[in-house]
Order: sequence, then C-alpha cells, then structure tokens
Amino acid sequence: MLEVKNVSVSFGDNHVLEDVNLTLGKGELVSVLGVSGGGKTTLFNVISGLLTPRQGSVLLDGEDITGRPGHVGYMLQKDMLLPYRTIEDNCALPLLLRGVPKKEARRQVRERLPEFGLEGTGRKWPVQLSGGMRQRAALLRTHLFSDNVALLDEPFSALDTLTRSAMHRWYLDIMERIRLSTLFITHDIDEAILLSDRICLLTGHPGRLTREFVISPARPRDPDFPMTQEFLEYKRQIRAAIS
Amino acid sequence: MKKRRLSTIRDKLPAALALAGLVLVWELVCLTGLVPGYMLPSPVKVVRAFVGDFGLLMENSAVTLQEAFLGLVIGVGTGFVFAVLMDAFPVVRKMFYPLLVITQTIPTVAIAPLLVLWFGYEITPKVVLIVLTTFFPLTVGLTDGFAQADADAINLLRSMGAGKLQIFRYIKLPSALPQFFSGLRIAAAYSVVGAVISEWLGGFSGLGVYMTRVRSAYAFDKMFAVIILISVISLLLMALIGLVERAMTPYRRARE
Repeated sequence: MLEVKNVSVSFGDNHVLEDVNLTLGKGELVSVLGVSGGGKTTLFNVISGLLTPRQGSVLLDGEDITGRPGHVGYMLQKDMLLPYRTIEDNCALPLLLRGVPKKEARRQVRERLPEFGLEGTGRKWPVQLSGGMRQRAALLRTHLFSDNVALLDEPFSALDTLTRSAMHRWYLDIMERIRLSTLFITHDIDEAILLSDRICLLTGHPGRLTREFVISPARPRDPDFPMTQEFLEYKRQIRAAIS
Repeated sequence: MKKRRLSTIRDKLPAALALAGLVLVWELVCLTGLVPGYMLPSPVKVVRAFVGDFGLLMENSAVTLQEAFLGLVIGVGTGFVFAVLMDAFPVVRKMFYPLLVITQTIPTVAIAPLLVLWFGYEITPKVVLIVLTTFFPLTVGLTDGFAQADADAINLLRSMGAGKLQIFRYIKLPSALPQFFSGLRIAAAYSVVGAVISEWLGGFSGLGVYMTRVRSAYAFDKMFAVIILISVISLLLMALIGLVERAMTPYRRARE
C-alpha cells in the first residue's frame, strides 16, 4: 500500500539517500535500521511529504504523494504533545486541521481514548501524564490523522526500559486491533527484531537499503522470543551486516 | 489549595513588614522634626490630603486611565499587527526591527512637547505618546514568542497538512502567550506613566495636570498622595493582567 520508488535525496553536494526502494503492505511492520545520521529521518521526511526528493516518488495506495504532506501519520521520539492543549485537544488536532468542528472532534477522540489506555485523561495536560501515556496519546493523534499508515521515528527510545517493553507489547497489540501498517525507524537491533516482520538495513553514505531480513515466526510472537537461539542468530547476522 | 494560599501569605509577609517599617520610620522622622514638615509631609498628612482631595483625585484618575487604556489598546493592536508581519515576512523584520530598537532610545519626555505642538492639548498627543511607548515591549515580546515556537511542532503540523494560518493559530500564537503577557505587564505600567508625563506638558485634566497644579502650590502632601495613587494604579493594572494571564494559561499550573 505504501511504496517508495527510487528515492534519492541530496542537500547540495551532500548525497544523503541513493536509490531507495521500499514497500509496506497492509498490517505489516517494517523497520529501517541504521546508524544515527545515516539518513533514516530524511527518508521519513520524504515519505511524510515534508521533503521533496531529488528523484523518485512515494505512492500511497497507488496515488503519488511525493512532496505532498498530509497523507501519512508521523510520530517522533519526542511525543510533541502541545503543552498548552489538553490530551483531548492534542489528539483532536488532525481532525480540527481537516475542518471537523471542535465538538465533534473531541467526541471522536473521547471515544477512542480507552482503546489507547488513556481513559479519563482527556481533560488532563500533557505534563500530568507519564512518558508511556504521552507516547500513547501521540500515537492516537497519529492514528486519527491517518488510520492506515504510521511512520514512527524512534518513538520509544526516550522511555525507560520497563516502560519501553510494556509499550512494545501494547503497540503490537493495538496495531493488530486497528489494522495499522507501520514503518519504524530505530537504531536498536533488539527492538527491530522483536517488533518487525521485515528489517531493512540503511547503510553507507549516501544511504542505501542494502539488505533485508524477513523475521519469522510471524506475529504475535512468544514473549520469550528474545531469549531464543533464532533471535540471537538474527542479531548476529544483522550486526555483521551493519559493521 | 489552602496550604498554598498560606505559603503565599508567608512569602509576601517580609515585603509587607518592610513596607510598614519604612512608613513607620518616615512618620518618626517627621514627628521628631528631623526633616522640616514643609519639605517632607508625614504619612498621616499624606493620607489626610488623599482623603480630602479624594473626589478630585478620582475625577482626574478617570481621565488618565481613559488615556492609558486607549493608548494601551491601540498599542497592543499595532504591536500585534507588526509582530505578525515581521514573523510572516523576514524582510519586514530585517527592515524594521533595528528601527524599533532605535525608537526606544528616544526619551519619552523629549518627544512629548513635540506631540503637544503637533496634536494640541486634547487627548490625541497623550494617546500617541502611550502608543509609542507601549508598542515596543509588546512587539518585541510577541515577535520573540513567535520565533521561539517549537520547530518540530511546526513540522508535525505541516506533515498533517496544516497551512500557514493553522500553524499560526495552533502553534505560534499559543506559544507566544507567556511572552505576550510579560510584554503587556510592562506596557501597562508604561501607559500610566506615559499618560501622566504627557499631561504635565499640556492638558486640562488628569493626574499629571493635578500634579503640576499642586506642585506650583507647594502642596507636598498632595504631591505625595498623587504619586502613591499613580503607583497603586500601575500595580493594580499589572495585577489585573496577571489574573487574565492565569486564566488564559491554566496549563502552567498543572504540574503538581
């Protein structure tokens, strides 16, 4: 449903991405794994339409959305909840931007809050919520913006380890329920193996997608998956491929 | 909640005590005749002058406040328009920001007589002077506020397909509110002082006119009464703005 075709990006003489091809199917979770500064975020900016590539195109359900923001939901490591809006009003933003009346937008948000584990937090301010809850609110906002594809740029890397693994489980679960497709940026190999159906390695300068790993077993996976020999084998292969 | 109120009282107690002590020393200095009474009236005399001239003082306050209010409203309006223009068009910012700073180095007292010559003795020169002095802190506060809006938040909204106007409404304006209010507090204080100064230089009524009259009569007690009244008015205005700010930024009190 989401297709990135032959995308190259350069800033002046600095070639950041070269001939990147990527597809994301319905309900799939694909990770882009690479070192920091390797062009991962640039790739996301292209997909979200904030940046127009030097060449290549981005297709969503066959429609060309290259350089046109407003089609694909985007979520960053920072939750980017606006401190001066309540949780409800933060999540309602994408609806308001689309011209949905305020009352109706708030109603829609309130309906979805329990599903995201945010029951009773609608009227609270972002500072009153824990990091995990704030990330969930940010995800609800992303989801209300586009209910099909989410771009997540290291969304869980600012959370503490325990909250983070709880968020992993929660994310996989909600993704299944709302039938979301996810393109996930991370530099954490364990996180990528744990969550992904496929992992694409972005390496080199300019960055290219050099290898792809298909991770089995299919989701939902056993909670002990990270302790298995298979998991370690993936990890070993990926580390070898990156360095 | 109750506990917090108690602790604010405890926070402000030292200042109140210091003020009371100062007034007491002042009264003692006058009572013992350390400073002759015609040069420094005692606090009791000042209060008596205030009560005696209460009606007149209130009448003149109304005039001064009206000028201050009008000037402040126009100042806020022009400051807002300027800040928005400077934010939307970098060229405008580059052209006018340095000029704005230069205008602030011109002493108010120096241009006030000119304004009287140009606009006469009625309300116009007063309002113009207040607009000139209040417009600066407001423009600077707002422009800085707009410029400090979170770039990532703006990008996020853009990725959701927001236009310039929507970004302004949902990100820039609310992020600039705190700076706007600190600018407004300063502007409010300036507006009262500006009104009084311009009344000194020509006018028929107002606290500044009252002041020049009692000064030429060497009525020091009335001088002190009107000076204190002016600072009380400024303080009340600033407190009022503080209240509005609290009501408009509830999220700043949410962290507990």
